[in-house]
Amino acid sequence: MGCCQKEKFIFTDISKEDKNNIDLILKKYDGRKGTLISILQEVQEKYNYLPIDILNYISLKTGVKPAKIHGVATFYTQFRLNPVGENMIMLCQGTACHVNGSKTIEESIFDELNIKDGETTDDGLFTLINVACLGCCSLSPVMMINDDTFGNLTAEKAKQIIRSIKEKSKRKGA
Amino acid sequence: MKIIVGQGSCGIAAGANKVYDKLSYEIKNNNLDIELSSTGCIGMCYLEPIIDVIHEGKKITFVNMDENKVSILLNNIYTDNISVNEFTIDKKDIEILSKQNRVALKNCGNINPESIDEYINTDGYKALEKVLKDMSPDEVIDEIKISGLKGRGGAGFPTWFKWNAAKNSPGNKKYVVCNADEGDPGAFMDRSILEGDPHRLIEGMIINGYAMGADEGIVYVRAEYPLAIKRLSNAINEAEKKGYLGENIFGENFKFSLRIKAGAGAFVCGEETALLESLQGERGMPRLKPPFPAQKGYWNKPTNINNVETLANVAYIILNGGKTFANLGTENSKGTKVFALTGKIKKGGLVEVPMGITLRDVIHEIGGGIKEDREFKAVQMGGPSGGCIPKHLLDTSVDYESISKIGAIMGSGGMVVMDETTCMVDMARFFLDFTRKESCGKCIQCRLGTKRMLEILTRICEGKGKIGDIELLEELGTKIKEGSLCGLGQTAPNPVLSTIRYFRDEYEAHIHDKKCPSKACKELVEYSISENKCIGCGLCKRNCPVEAISGEKKLVHIIDLDKCIKCGKCMEMCKFSAIKIG
Repeated sequence: MGCCQKEKFIFTDISKEDKNNIDLILKKYDGRKGTLISILQEVQEKYNYLPIDILNYISLKTGVKPAKIHGVATFYTQFRLNPVGENMIMLCQGTACHVNGSKTIEESIFDELNIKDGETTDDGLFTLINVACLGCCSLSPVMMINDDTFGNLTAEKAKQIIRSIKEKSKRKGA
Repeated sequence: MKIIVGQGSCGIAAGANKVYDKLSYEIKNNNLDIELSSTGCIGMCYLEPIIDVIHEGKKITFVNMDENKVSILLNNIYTDNISVNEFTIDKKDIEILSKQNRVALKNCGNINPESIDEYINTDGYKALEKVLKDMSPDEVIDEIKISGLKGRGGAGFPTWFKWNAAKNSPGNKKYVVCNADEGDPGAFMDRSILEGDPHRLIEGMIINGYAMGADEGIVYVRAEYPLAIKRLSNAINEAEKKGYLGENIFGENFKFSLRIKAGAGAFVCGEETALLESLQGERGMPRLKPPFPAQKGYWNKPTNINNVETLANVAYIILNGGKTFANLGTENSKGTKVFALTGKIKKGGLVEVPMGITLRDVIHEIGGGIKEDREFKAVQMGGPSGGCIPKHLLDTSVDYESISKIGAIMGSGGMVVMDETTCMVDMARFFLDFTRKESCGKCIQCRLGTKRMLEILTRICEGKGKIGDIELLEELGTKIKEGSLCGLGQTAPNPVLSTIRYFRDEYEAHIHDKKCPSKACKELVEYSISENKCIGCGLCKRNCPVEAISGEKKLVHIIDLDKCIKCGKCMEMCKFSAIKIG
């Protein structure tokens, strides 16, 4: 197909429940201009990532072009286009953490879970993301798991924290 | 009796919530007559979790607390009335506080950030009352001018000038924006102010609104700061209830509203035009200036953008007079500056000192010197836009001009201290990696230049450096500075250029000798086992992931360098310090 021909935008329909969720969010912003980032933040809050079909649905409902929505979603590090694990490990890569050995912590997480930056474990329990400074520099190296911050890490301490979360998940599943 | 727990993000990361919960449980369970409260970060993060016990007008601070210590402490309190025990703060640490001059951080760690009444009790909102009742907008701007306050976000632009430009721009609708997108790795003072004293920022913003004729303010906060967002929203709600925000504030004909917008994670959004784009729901791409935000800002309306720390100084200036503020600091850099001391320093945390103090005083007197008494090598100032300052320049005065002269910048006030184990080439590589990822991609020089610089630095760190690399880095650095639109690109090469300037020998050692003097670059080090120290316990052999270590039990082991992947596991496991690195 030539680039000059207008391609018909292909759109996979989403479930009724998803539509209701998104409509509620969109209603809150009521077509006000400049609210795209806030809308995407709420969608991610709800789904833990930004499903592509939902982005397309937002485009249909708001009239904002899919390319623009995609452009904004890929510009900011907060937005994820793929599902993530149950526990989000955010490993700080700020200057102080780097100086105090965040690399060692990253290696120990790899030892424990066999995942690198951006990857999710096969059991869907953990995702590792390297993030810019978390602002707890005085306790470097630091990582955040979900909403909990852990400071003054050592390779062993990081492993223990991850193991205890694993244990808890097992107990929950049992 | 009152017990206050320091619950900034740093305190919580150190376990302050557990301490608070334990106290709360004990107080309830034993029906103790103790009021429990919380506060923000006092700045002594190396002592977290910290609690203050206030009894009969006396305050005693207890440090490095945990749940067990709480039980011991409560027993002590009730048996022999707050005895001084081993958890009490050291006199030297109290002295560190007394060496500071706290203006922006005045209330941080002293009041409950979730209580507007506590803020009001420390002269809160009095400055606002003063400007609304007794001062004209021009008088407010004059007072800021007298104070000599400059932007604390990094650029150091005179604050009064920005306010005045926004005030003189035509139009009825104007905005105040607070840049709380503290992206500099290694700086956390804005977070601390937001979490520890949010009303102070709110008051500064309302005064700014009055001075320039704006009735609406937006705080653009990093999404990575959930606690800051929570406390600031709570503070905004309280201020609305009390009538400090809304219509007819203090009965005067002035209205002001405030809302929060969570950033979505882009370092470039700290640049004011990129921040405005982001506020408008776009990709955060900087644009050419002029027009400045003061002329065409948020939705093309006149907008003033200041950083958190800048605005946190406003109420002090109005209440105490610009002259009082200007008496602190040096001739061209007035007032105090908050620094975030981190890295290889003993006493990491936030300190607020008058400008003009020397780097040596900040690092050795206030920061307690280098961890493990190692050798100081450099201090990195100004984050990814800044530079590394070597040992022989430690007596430099900390003010905008002096720091710029030696190739760094004041920046937002991050000071990352490094010792002899930090490789300066690796440090430069780290910053370039950061700026490359964070470049918005608009300017080719910045987008591709940082990528190429990073490739060269990575090569050097891997021992594949070539003759001419240093000159190439310098040339690229100069071109990127010249060809970039915004501050990110214009300053991205600084960490590289400053490390070449002061630590050229390290670059040369990597390139010519294929050695890393700091023994930090993995590809350039070799592990070996000391014959004198190895007792042949076999722990290293068992833990080596690639079976590179061999040796009989109770005899000296050896490492096969061809197999060794330099993971350092053997060094980590050895209990006899027998593994050498060279």
